[in-house]
Amino acid sequence: MSDPKNMSREQRAEAYWRENQRLITILLIIWFVVSYVPILLVNQLNAIVIAGFPLGYYMGSQGSLIVFVVMIFYYAFAMRRLDEKYGLNVK
Amino acid sequence: MAVNTSASQGVFQNRMARYYGLFTVGFLGFAGILLLLELFAGLDTRVIGWAFLLMTMALYATIGILSRTKALDEYYVAGRSVPAIFNGMATGADWMSAASFIGMAGTLWLTGYDGLAYIMGWTGGYVLLALLFAPYIRKFGQYTVPDFVGARFGGNTARVVAAGCAIIVSLAYVTAQVVGVGLIMQRFVGVDYSVGVILGLSGVLVCSFLGGMKAVTWTQVAQYIILIVAYIIPVAALSIQLTGFPIPQFSYGVALQNVDRLETDLGLRTTTDSPVVEGKQVTSGFIPPFNEGMSNASAVAAVRQVNNQFGTSFTPPTAQAIPDASKPELGDWRGTPWNMLALTFCLMAGTAGLPHILIRFYTVPNVNESRMSVGWALFFIFLLYFTAPAYAAFSRWQILQNVVGKPIAELPSWTQTWTSNGLIALRDYSTIEGAAADKLPTWMRNNVTANSVAFEDANGNGVVDLGPFEQVDERTGRAGEITGTSVTERSIDGVLQFNEFGSSAGPSVDGDLVVLSTPDIAGLPFTIGAMVAAGGLAAALSTADGLLVVIASAIAHDIYFRTINPKASLQTRMWLGKIMIIVAAAVAALLALPRLALITQMVAWAFSMAAATFFPIILLGIFWKRANGPGAIAGMIGGLSVTLIYMIGNYFNPAFNVLGITHLGSGIFGMPVAFLLCYVVSMMTPAPSIEIQRMVENLRSPFENDDETARIVAAAEGKNAMSGGASSMH
Repeated sequence: MSDPKNMSREQRAEAYWRENQRLITILLIIWFVVSYVPILLVNQLNAIVIAGFPLGYYMGSQGSLIVFVVMIFYYAFAMRRLDEKYGLNVK
Repeated sequence: MAVNTSASQGVFQNRMARYYGLFTVGFLGFAGILLLLELFAGLDTRVIGWAFLLMTMALYATIGILSRTKALDEYYVAGRSVPAIFNGMATGADWMSAASFIGMAGTLWLTGYDGLAYIMGWTGGYVLLALLFAPYIRKFGQYTVPDFVGARFGGNTARVVAAGCAIIVSLAYVTAQVVGVGLIMQRFVGVDYSVGVILGLSGVLVCSFLGGMKAVTWTQVAQYIILIVAYIIPVAALSIQLTGFPIPQFSYGVALQNVDRLETDLGLRTTTDSPVVEGKQVTSGFIPPFNEGMSNASAVAAVRQVNNQFGTSFTPPTAQAIPDASKPELGDWRGTPWNMLALTFCLMAGTAGLPHILIRFYTVPNVNESRMSVGWALFFIFLLYFTAPAYAAFSRWQILQNVVGKPIAELPSWTQTWTSNGLIALRDYSTIEGAAADKLPTWMRNNVTANSVAFEDANGNGVVDLGPFEQVDERTGRAGEITGTSVTERSIDGVLQFNEFGSSAGPSVDGDLVVLSTPDIAGLPFTIGAMVAAGGLAAALSTADGLLVVIASAIAHDIYFRTINPKASLQTRMWLGKIMIIVAAAVAALLALPRLALITQMVAWAFSMAAATFFPIILLGIFWKRANGPGAIAGMIGGLSVTLIYMIGNYFNPAFNVLGITHLGSGIFGMPVAFLLCYVVSMMTPAPSIEIQRMVENLRSPFENDDETARIVAAAEGKNAMSGGASSMH
């Protein structure tokens, strides 16, 4: 990929949007897996018990939630980097 | 963001952090003093209840008055100056309503694993919000969600349809909050449910009435602090008592194991083959998944209550009880994951599409702050949500261990208080021995109405006399003066069975009471209980605040100003907004009188509707440039209609279902319809104008809004922009 500094405002906006969309797609796939696979496999997961928590129950009550929080902060930081790369506020 | 504004923002943020730090210390100090007075001076519990109520209300009112405003930007979007972390807290309070605070742990208590749909749904939705909506809504930078729909889909029709959807969704949601307020008031200050509703609503009005979004935001920050402190303390105390470890979120594994063991010991666990899907099993109990059956009990009860309250005479639908888990019937989808998947998905999509949450992201200073703000919001919400299952597990453990299977005479003393309050009912027939025939408890009268028991005063002494149990025929039993199918050896033995620990309405406890009863179960002083009530109130009021702002602005801003009278002055619009807040509050109070369903269920309806209207339309609006006005209108109306049809159909008649999905998850059917209609109708009609397409490009670009952006938005809005919004953009 060429250096954003040599691009026009339009080109930069386009490249930025492409990278953003890629990031969104990847994170949405993770979101989908973390949200719904534990529901489908709950009986199998419940066979594993850690510190009193059946794993299937644990995923629904804590495990998935932790992944969600981390993902959102990751997206905010990743986008801040992307903003800088493509020259936020360059008029 | 220039250097100097970012520096001044930092100073502002630190100052607010100091204020709210002092506030937290003050609140804990106040609670501590009341606690000491209760323990050592024997302060009356009613005084404590009122003290908490008045103190917190006065606090919210003070913040409301201090941040009152007449400026448009501050009234609708809090001056776009709320730092991400505080906006996160405010969003948290806005978000966590009576449903989260008092309803969710109760739903988990009752339904076990299946209730986790709410926990996952109401947090996973924030991922969608962060990735798909929040940054673009902030970038768009207007005032309301219908503003976005109106500008993006070019026209007043789309705007008015969106405003209509916002009103319907928010009304369903605010009604649930009012129910919560009524319940809390009833328990902790001992007023009548309807008086409680009015008292609570006046608290809401003080905040949202004076200062609009700015007052609401800063009040919500205070409310968040109160509600999270109040939520965690009782369950932490319970955790210390039972496990010796103060962090309940890590220690409730022990409770889960004990619940599992006690359920087996008490014979509450059964496993049966599903009659519908070969190879699937239905296992009743707390941890095994997918065992929630469908019934229309709440619909039947609601129709009866409407008749009682308003003197009408609607015929309730034929009652269809949940079949026993050990005897599932054909058409019973228990054992399959479909309902849970559908509900979780609706709650997630609904989260991202709810107008009162979306508008919170207009209030942050810039796009980057909006992304961080979603993260903070979810973090603050997470603190409560990963505690709720601990509540449910500890409470259920205690009930199974100390209440169920015990002789009624030996029950812990709190059960007496709650029985005399009418909040729980001990439904063993031995408890009515000697009761006056004209003063039978409600649950007994209900059983008589339902023909499961008959009472005949054989010796004419005016009281119920029980005798030894005898089996009349295969299905009927008799014990002295009572006869019926529900009279069994166990139902008069003076030992409380699991299905005898219930409410006057039915054989299971009112889930909405689990959190409120935890301090009593743990044997904590009343002050802690009153603090929990104050927290529940904070949760209900803060959400009601946010929702009323949405309803008021939908009418005053979107419908009146943007559509009917674009020349209306600022003053007129703000006054109309205030009148609308009162009207909406009154309508909500009226709808709350018959309790239509559990609080969480009423809230789930709002989510299903949002998932089938705003979610698809806003998503396509941002990510698909070709989507146009007619498509959006068709999508919203089609999505809402399909959702409502399934919802109402299944609510009254559970046999009306697909794959066993309940009315709560009805959005799963409306949403694809909305996507499809929006796509097909958009493709059949002309593409949106160049101006609108440029506006969409601008939403996606990394550049800050500048004069050019303002011009693009103004051009996209066409003539509407002449008199409003764009001129006040920064």
